[in-house]
Amino acid sequence: MNDGAMIRVEGLTKTYQVGDVDVHALRGVDLEVGRGEFIAIVGSSGSGKSTLFNILGGLTPPTEGEVHIDGKNLAHMTNAGRTELRKKTVGFVFQKYNLLPTLTAEDNIRIVKYIGGRDMAFDADFEEVLRLLGISDRLKHKPRALSGGQQQRVAIARAIVNGPAILLADEPTGNLDSQNSAAVLELMRDLNRRRGQTILMITHDMEAAGYADRRVMMKDGRVVSV
Amino acid sequence: MSGYTERLINKLVVANLAHRPVRTLLSVLAIAIEVTMILTLVGVSNGTLHESARRARGTGADILVRPKGSSAISSSSSAPMSDKLPEFLMTQPHVVLATGTIVQPLELFDTITGLDFDEFGRMSGGFRFLAGGLPQQDLDVIVDEPYAREKHLGVGSVLTLMTHDWRVAGIYEGGKLARVCVRRDVLQRLTENPHRLSQVYVKVDDPKRAQEVVDALRVQMPGYPIYTLEYYTSILSVNSLGLLRNFTYVVIGIAMIVGFIVVFMAMYTAVLERTREIGILKAVGGSSGLILGILLRETLLLAVLGTVLGIGLTYGTQWLMLHVVPNSLTQETMYGWWPIAGAIAVVGTVLGAVVPGIKAVRQDATEALSYE
Repeated sequence: MNDGAMIRVEGLTKTYQVGDVDVHALRGVDLEVGRGEFIAIVGSSGSGKSTLFNILGGLTPPTEGEVHIDGKNLAHMTNAGRTELRKKTVGFVFQKYNLLPTLTAEDNIRIVKYIGGRDMAFDADFEEVLRLLGISDRLKHKPRALSGGQQQRVAIARAIVNGPAILLADEPTGNLDSQNSAAVLELMRDLNRRRGQTILMITHDMEAAGYADRRVMMKDGRVVSV
Repeated sequence: MSGYTERLINKLVVANLAHRPVRTLLSVLAIAIEVTMILTLVGVSNGTLHESARRARGTGADILVRPKGSSAISSSSSAPMSDKLPEFLMTQPHVVLATGTIVQPLELFDTITGLDFDEFGRMSGGFRFLAGGLPQQDLDVIVDEPYAREKHLGVGSVLTLMTHDWRVAGIYEGGKLARVCVRRDVLQRLTENPHRLSQVYVKVDDPKRAQEVVDALRVQMPGYPIYTLEYYTSILSVNSLGLLRNFTYVVIGIAMIVGFIVVFMAMYTAVLERTREIGILKAVGGSSGLILGILLRETLLLAVLGTVLGIGLTYGTQWLMLHVVPNSLTQETMYGWWPIAGAIAVVGTVLGAVVPGIKAVRQDATEALSYE
């Protein structure tokens, strides 16, 4: 394994049972992502990119193959192991923001610090991130009082608050207008460049993928171009 | 866990409950009714028995003689004893007075008691009348204050009992013998029990000798249940009455099941509605323990709120009984049962949250996150 690789995937397959039918979502994926790299996985609906996202994030186990995230092998990881991975190694940004509606933006971020077993206070470095994201003055508001763009920035802050090795983003601009999309993508690129944050972004939008250092195309459960 | 994190989780718990106010209110109300059912039943059982004991003590007697074959706490609805018995008892050492009563059941818990007012007056010190006085004619009746209040009676009112119209001659302070009293000879005649008695009250020269006299009487009168009043009033408790005790347990069981079902439904719905939020917590690394803990805290908060409201409602039922049916039932405030009812509510609600909790913990994170 390349020492610089944050993600290394070899011969990854995922088969879902839908009724009596086996659905092969991934058919032998090989992929390597370096530390500090910003990579976009692109492909049409059904290409397997979301399944790859779920496996890399430890949300679902692989059927076969090797998956290493920051040196941890997910292939035979238990549920508890995958929970630990999500707690300490991976941060998520989703298309639908997925903030807890009953908590303020600040508490949405703090609860992740609590889950990660971290000190609840925001350090100066993270305060700087909040300023960079432009949400310092919106922290006391609940998600319903925030615009889509602001919610997605809160979601980004939440995803990186514990300093994860990798930030996984699934269609992060899918629910945003073009202006907010550009702002969020700029922020992600900024996080990658300034802080060396490794980012893997799933998108079907080629313009969004243009913000990444590298694009990986998927089709029918396979990587077709790197 | 530090104070801040504790507050954060508690904030999430309260916010989750506040997010669905109607469901939360209904859950709390259902648990409150469960608690009220338990406390009211136990309060009424104890209150009514203690009121009976208070009235028995109000006779001023030291010993109670009941008919052969009857138990200490069976109702005295028949009159199988001869009215010569008090005369015999008066000849026994240390007995200074013996007077018999006849008790006729009316509807439900009501009875009418026939007594010799002169003898009873000497034994108990007499009734303390709030209005009117002792019966002057055959169909005169005296009633205690709670009975008069419930039936809206005053002196001179007509009260129909046993198909006869009785004139209320007096209203006395409660706590003595019975709620409705008439002349003994009249009641014996009307019930076709001439010269028969339901029970005999005995007064001795020294109350400390009551047990000694009871022992002697048992030798003289084999087969008669004879008790000191002290013993008789002590056994008027829920635990002494198997049927009442079992009934109490059945109602507690039903109350628990009601609480269980309501909380089960509420938490099951809550878990369904919050599928996505549970998925979010899982996605950010929330453990099964954290998710189960949040649900359990919500359940416990519902149980505590329901218990507090239930205790409050119990005062409401107490007030209603005191003002609407003061004669029929007496409800005591059972402070000792507050924690028991609270614990029953907690057990029922926590059991109700177990299955929804397990469902939440077992949810697949990816499916939960895609839940609409």
